[in-house]
Amino acid sequence: MTDRTLSPSRRSFLAAAASLGVSVSFVGRQAQAADGTKKLVVVVCRGGMDGLSVAPPVGDPGYAALRGGIAMSPDKALKLDDTFALHPSLTTVHALARQGQARIAPAIATPDRARSHFEAQDVLETGEAKVYGADSGWLNRTLEVMGPGKVEALSVGTTAPLILRGKVQAASWSPGKGLDEAARLPTLLQDLYKGDPLLGPAFARGLETEAMAQAAMTALAPAQSMAQSMSQPAMNQPAMNQPGGRPADNRQGREAARKLGSTLAGFMRQADGPQIAALSLDGFDTHAGQVGQIATRLTYLDAVLDGLHEGLGPEWRNTVVVAVTEFGRTARVNGTQGTDHGTASTALLLGGALKRGGIVGDWPTLAEPALFENRDVAPTLDMRGLFKGVLIDHLGVDRAAVEKKVFADSADAKAVTGLV
Amino acid sequence: MSLPSKDMMAAIAATRFGLGARPGEIEAARGDPRGFLEGQIRREGADLPKDDGESAPTRYAAFADYRQERRAARRETRTPAADGDMKPIPVVDAPPNANILREAQKEAQRYLREKTNADFLARAQLAADTEAGFRERWALFFANHFTVSSTKQATAVVIGPFEREAIRPHVFGRFEDLLVASSTHPAMLTYLDQAQSIGPGSRAAQYAARGGRPRRVGLNENLAREILELHTVGVDAGYSQADVTEFARALTGFSVGRVQDPDIGAFVFRANAHEPGARAILGKAFAQGGQDQGLAVLKTLAADPRTARHVCSKIARHFVADAPPPALVARLEKRWIETGGRLDAVAGALIAAPEAWDPTPMKVKTPYEFTISAWRAIGGRPAAFERLNPILTSLGQKPFSPPSPKGWPDEAGAWASPDGLVKRMQWTQGFAAAVADARDPDALARSALGARLGEPTARAVARAETRREALALLVMSPEFQRR
Repeated sequence: MTDRTLSPSRRSFLAAAASLGVSVSFVGRQAQAADGTKKLVVVVCRGGMDGLSVAPPVGDPGYAALRGGIAMSPDKALKLDDTFALHPSLTTVHALARQGQARIAPAIATPDRARSHFEAQDVLETGEAKVYGADSGWLNRTLEVMGPGKVEALSVGTTAPLILRGKVQAASWSPGKGLDEAARLPTLLQDLYKGDPLLGPAFARGLETEAMAQAAMTALAPAQSMAQSMSQPAMNQPAMNQPGGRPADNRQGREAARKLGSTLAGFMRQADGPQIAALSLDGFDTHAGQVGQIATRLTYLDAVLDGLHEGLGPEWRNTVVVAVTEFGRTARVNGTQGTDHGTASTALLLGGALKRGGIVGDWPTLAEPALFENRDVAPTLDMRGLFKGVLIDHLGVDRAAVEKKVFADSADAKAVTGLV
Repeated sequence: MSLPSKDMMAAIAATRFGLGARPGEIEAARGDPRGFLEGQIRREGADLPKDDGESAPTRYAAFADYRQERRAARRETRTPAADGDMKPIPVVDAPPNANILREAQKEAQRYLREKTNADFLARAQLAADTEAGFRERWALFFANHFTVSSTKQATAVVIGPFEREAIRPHVFGRFEDLLVASSTHPAMLTYLDQAQSIGPGSRAAQYAARGGRPRRVGLNENLAREILELHTVGVDAGYSQADVTEFARALTGFSVGRVQDPDIGAFVFRANAHEPGARAILGKAFAQGGQDQGLAVLKTLAADPRTARHVCSKIARHFVADAPPPALVARLEKRWIETGGRLDAVAGALIAAPEAWDPTPMKVKTPYEFTISAWRAIGGRPAAFERLNPILTSLGQKPFSPPSPKGWPDEAGAWASPDGLVKRMQWTQGFAAAVADARDPDALARSALGARLGEPTARAVARAETRREALALLVMSPEFQRR
């Protein structure tokens, strides 16, 4: 059984990545070789990522006063243009931006205004105008309209996120023991689950996925010996894996996150690999002591993107990556050196398929009268418009199907054009 | 709506209302299944796990010591670099006492982790051992309703004390008391950042302004928002941002004793952090009144009919079905309103409701329920934290670590994932290998599932090649995965 299972080192670094709050989902398994097809990766940053930290508008006259003790000094930030810079942790994103392969959408929001994590994440993932508008995710509906071909959904991290739940059965996979080929139990259980509409299909998909994952992983370049550096402490310390630990932990975390990105890239380059992937990164709810926390989270995000960019190699030119969050945070620093739930935030767009350009959407500025409800960055771009633009122009999904089936009731959110 | 047979009701009492049947439990419930459950309701609350019994303040003091040691260790092992940042010194070059401090710090960290793990194990053993499974499930429901999580380090060591001090004594009392206990407990006050929230117009803010640190103090609305959204009226109740901010102002001063205070780690009201003035929240006026103002808002929220609806819907969803019958929710809500939110009465209404006895099992067990019920089925208990932690973590329910204040999900879609089922099977193989050999699987199937045991599962268990295979089939059967 050993040659059929993942090498321990590979499993352990994926496990380490999972302990950082990073998880991956794959959708859209192709029937043909993966090279040359258009690819989409959606990164959901959970907890309400502070857009003003991702791309601080250090050139905006209102910025420094609103942010007070957590304002980024212009000489530390990585300059993008006269108004915007990037957080110093986002070195990969900055390098790509200089090549015209990364852009920011600095005032983007879902249609939800309730400032509730759970509502806003629902709306982001269902792609609906209102909460509880649908119980399927928009990536799953994308698969539906892309045709009845051989499609597959897979999430790494045990539970499938809403964004890919729906009619197309989502598989999930996470590093585990592998299957004992000798046991009769899987077959006997499939028989017991035969008439069960929930457990039957899910279990069958789980067995298939485990086999597929093992095949896909062994086909990758041999893993470096990550076993020591990725060994178990982080996993076995439920109380102690708070983000923002010591520099050594951050280095380890960064390496694990980069490996996760390159592994995902390896999956996407497999024949039969996924064309669409979704990734989650949590821990962005920075109510207090925000500066250190967000640096750690953005370091991980940057590392995942770095691994993805490197792992995709020549396929990077066929790829678009979108990183979004459920809402931004208050423009003003709060009383505990953090920020509370807000409205618009910053989305990152990356990929070799992108056209060079400035910011996506308008910048409302941080002038007091321009703030939404006198507290948040005002939204100027509906997130669904960005998603629609990428689906239509990049993946080539039929426009009418996108408007009618994937993002119903989104006529007021015009598809953003000219991105690719 | 007609009720199923007594045999079926006895099986439902132990498996759906309870935590899974121990050998003999369904037999004990057969005479009067409803009475069997009603007898588990008691005013003094749920059972207390047999942990070390340390209070939240004691644990906080230990945590504060640990933090001080950590700071000292960092000071000793770092030197200022040119840019002013502190840089670590390599271990080999560090002064000798730095290594001692580093060791001491590690030791303290291990000590705290072991406390948290021991709390979790004690709770799991209570769940595995108890003859009052319904009482324990009811307590677990409210522990999840008022989630605190070890994803925040300072909260981890007080989750056990939180459940023991704020949740368990009140789960069969008034909801209002439960809400106040939760909202004033140090675990909740640190988990949702309330302890540091300071009214912008308070005396503390004025001192800070005079000291040139005006931006160091101010409001944090995290707890106020989650009380409204998750603990009481619910997200669709129609409150506004202004309601959240006003409530956050009312709660300023609710805090936790610091190291230099006499009451370290206990609830304290800091009058000088409280925002002065009257408040208007959800259309109601609250007079200026220090601590009483926040308490008055909590009491008003507890009595709000939207809270009754929100919590009763969650109870029905947890116990009966992901999409619970509206008639069931209405019964619970009615009883809640009649009794002013008496939770013993609501528990009684759940037992009395015919909708709760539908023989079709609608709920998929969470990983915690699944593993605990496996131990109960064999009359055993988890002997060590290490027996629980790997399986719960790999199934996505890491001990004491719900991912957000919303707590663990309660729907089948979240748990019956393809990977989750494969992992359940892998764990079951190991579990069965360890315990099956001295047991009669056919008898266990009958005692664990009673009248819920279906013909295909009974046949598969009977025809298995080995006892291990038979027990694994029972534990993985559709009947056992559901409740």
